[in-house]
Amino acid sequence: MSTKIITPVAEFAELLPQEYKDLVARGPHGGRRSVRDLGTFKEIVDEHPHCAGCGVALAVRLLAAALPSPADTLIVGTPGCSFFSLVQTALNYSNTAFGNQNAVAAGLKRMLAIRFPQVHKDVVVVAGDGGIADIGLDMTLHSWFRREKITTVMLDNEVYANTGGQESGMSRLGRVLNMAPRGKLFPKIPVFELAKVSGCVYGARVTVAGPYRLGRVVRNAVLLARELGPTYVQVYAPCPTNMKFPPDQTLKAAKEAEKDHYSFEEFMSTEAAEYLARLKTAPEEREEAPEPAKP
Amino acid sequence: MDPEYLFSEAPRRQVFITGSEAVAEAVKRANVDIAIAYPITPQSESMHLVGDLYDQGYLKDYYRGENEFAVMAAVHGASLGGGRVFTATSGPGTLRAMEMFPVWAGSRQPVVCAFMCRGVSLPPSIQPENIEMAMLLDVGMLMFHAEDAQDFLDMILKAYAVAEQPDVHLPVGVFADGFFVTHTRSAVLLPPDDLKLAAYDPRRAPVPTFDMETPPIRLVRDPLLNKSNFISYAANASWHQEIAAAAERARKHIRRYMGGLLEVEDPAAVVFLAASGTAVSQSREAIKVLRAEGIRVGLIKIMSIRPFPVREIEAVTAHADLIVVPEFNIGGWLAREIKAAIDNNRRVVGGPRVFGGMTMPTELIVNEVRNALSRPGTRQPGMRAGI
Ligand SMILES: Cc1ncc(C[n+]2csc(CCOP(=O)(O)OP(=O)(O)O)c2C)c(N)n1
Ligand SMILES: [Mg+2]
Repeated sequence: MSTKIITPVAEFAELLPQEYKDLVARGPHGGRRSVRDLGTFKEIVDEHPHCAGCGVALAVRLLAAALPSPADTLIVGTPGCSFFSLVQTALNYSNTAFGNQNAVAAGLKRMLAIRFPQVHKDVVVVAGDGGIADIGLDMTLHSWFRREKITTVMLDNEVYANTGGQESGMSRLGRVLNMAPRGKLFPKIPVFELAKVSGCVYGARVTVAGPYRLGRVVRNAVLLARELGPTYVQVYAPCPTNMKFPPDQTLKAAKEAEKDHYSFEEFMSTEAAEYLARLKTAPEEREEAPEPAKP
Repeated sequence: MDPEYLFSEAPRRQVFITGSEAVAEAVKRANVDIAIAYPITPQSESMHLVGDLYDQGYLKDYYRGENEFAVMAAVHGASLGGGRVFTATSGPGTLRAMEMFPVWAGSRQPVVCAFMCRGVSLPPSIQPENIEMAMLLDVGMLMFHAEDAQDFLDMILKAYAVAEQPDVHLPVGVFADGFFVTHTRSAVLLPPDDLKLAAYDPRRAPVPTFDMETPPIRLVRDPLLNKSNFISYAANASWHQEIAAAAERARKHIRRYMGGLLEVEDPAAVVFLAASGTAVSQSREAIKVLRAEGIRVGLIKIMSIRPFPVREIEAVTAHADLIVVPEFNIGGWLAREIKAAIDNNRRVVGGPRVFGGMTMPTELIVNEVRNALSRPGTRQPGMRAGI
């Protein structure tokens, strides 16, 4: 999409809502924006009705800021809490039957590749742990087996948050949750490990406590999916509402998880490593600054 | 090219092919961008042939998906992306994919899907039976029912022309009874090989294409789904109403391209066989037998199941005493539809019904008509119209 498309003619400019005008004047579509620039530009997601302290809302905000070319990015989601903010972004966002996201994304990406052979139309799946690891696991894996050129981002709050705190396959062993009255009887589904052996050319496991890192891996994942094949980012996005901790403790919960079962991990194919190395030599792609000091 | 030229004017050549081959001949001329397949009998052969078409360059992409739900989801994604798609399935595949059909309709996508109808478990059966059509009556898609291979070919091509009208833009299911149509050879008149439909034009869609080329500024503020208030319900309801209205608007296009939602033979008769799909062919045979016995019976062939030709059926049967509805399923969905459409529906006799792989011998229909005529108070038709 060229920014011309959203630029109003002079006669209409004043009639448009402020947020539209902001998006045109200071939106992310022109120059390169990143997580580091948050606060200096009009984001494609701003207001949202998520609960206070929602890890998913934070993850959505960060990943939206990290998209390498939001003007040509299509997000495919599925029912779950991420819907609340994604449906309000200034992007095309699809959300239909629960769990179908990677199949929808595959069909969409193939059609866009036919229609726009000269443009990278980035198709990014953004969905919850239940959507990706349980009800949609076959479609997640098959999109990877088939080497579909899409990025899959799991916003893992380790629970079915949207439906009221039920056990998901990504919930931790022993956790007492709705529908797991005696605690979960099996460990987290190793989706990250599956990604390595199922065809993903790049994968990263991060938490919302590291915004720069999250931004960097999302950007890598989207760029690599264009050229090489499927990529996967798994984000820990804790849920104060269902995990029953105070909403100002979300980052703390994420930090703690980083020391425990959610340590940072990244894998990539040889071709992916070469591609990223080539990118880094370009001046605008220098290594990100260190994370901001802890609050 | 004007689709009407392809449909009715272009010189046709006769070939002797199966229904599966007829499907491929339709797809070859439909200028499809992407087809996605998943095997199930009796659908598979046609999608093999569509794969061959891809290999020959008639389609731009084709693959085997992981299951029917995924295939229908992928077809949805591809259609969202602004191109023309095709897929096909049968019985259990239809049921597996069920959740996606209202999504196609709700997102106003002109997906064309062929259904080679068969039994659904349990008890298991791969044999012809069209109970799955009953389950799709209210998903929001248009439904055409082919009698034979010729119909199957023509209806698939015409389905695109109807589906893609800006004032319709809805999915179309084109149904045929499996095996009877897919696996038997018959004479089919083929349009020329070098004619095809014009490419799908996303700019004619009444909803924005999902390609980030239409200003995608925040579609909603506060998702309606999660609001419990009248405005959100009313917005949801009005969208449903618009889908139903779009299906109504399809009627004129169906009339134009298919010549009507139904066909009638011997409209002056007072006894009718009303049927869709293969049951029409069997009814034709039964009518010959009955005529030989001196019983005059007309035929109502229903081609469009959604939208349903309510007015047409009312008009044709206004003077009828008896309407017998033979069906290839246990539920009798077509008889129910007809009963709901007309006045004095005691005139409708639902049957005979066969399923589980049973065929429908002509005598079964003949006997049903004879039995119905022997009901006390039924006027005997003879060979003259009883108007
Ligand atoms: C076929 C189907 N089954 C169940 C649901 C109900 N459902 C909606 S969202 C959801 C849970 C989502 O959990 P997750 O994917 O982890 O996302 P979260 O809400 O935690 O962000 C469920 C079970 C549905 N919409 N459709
Ligand atoms: Mg979850």
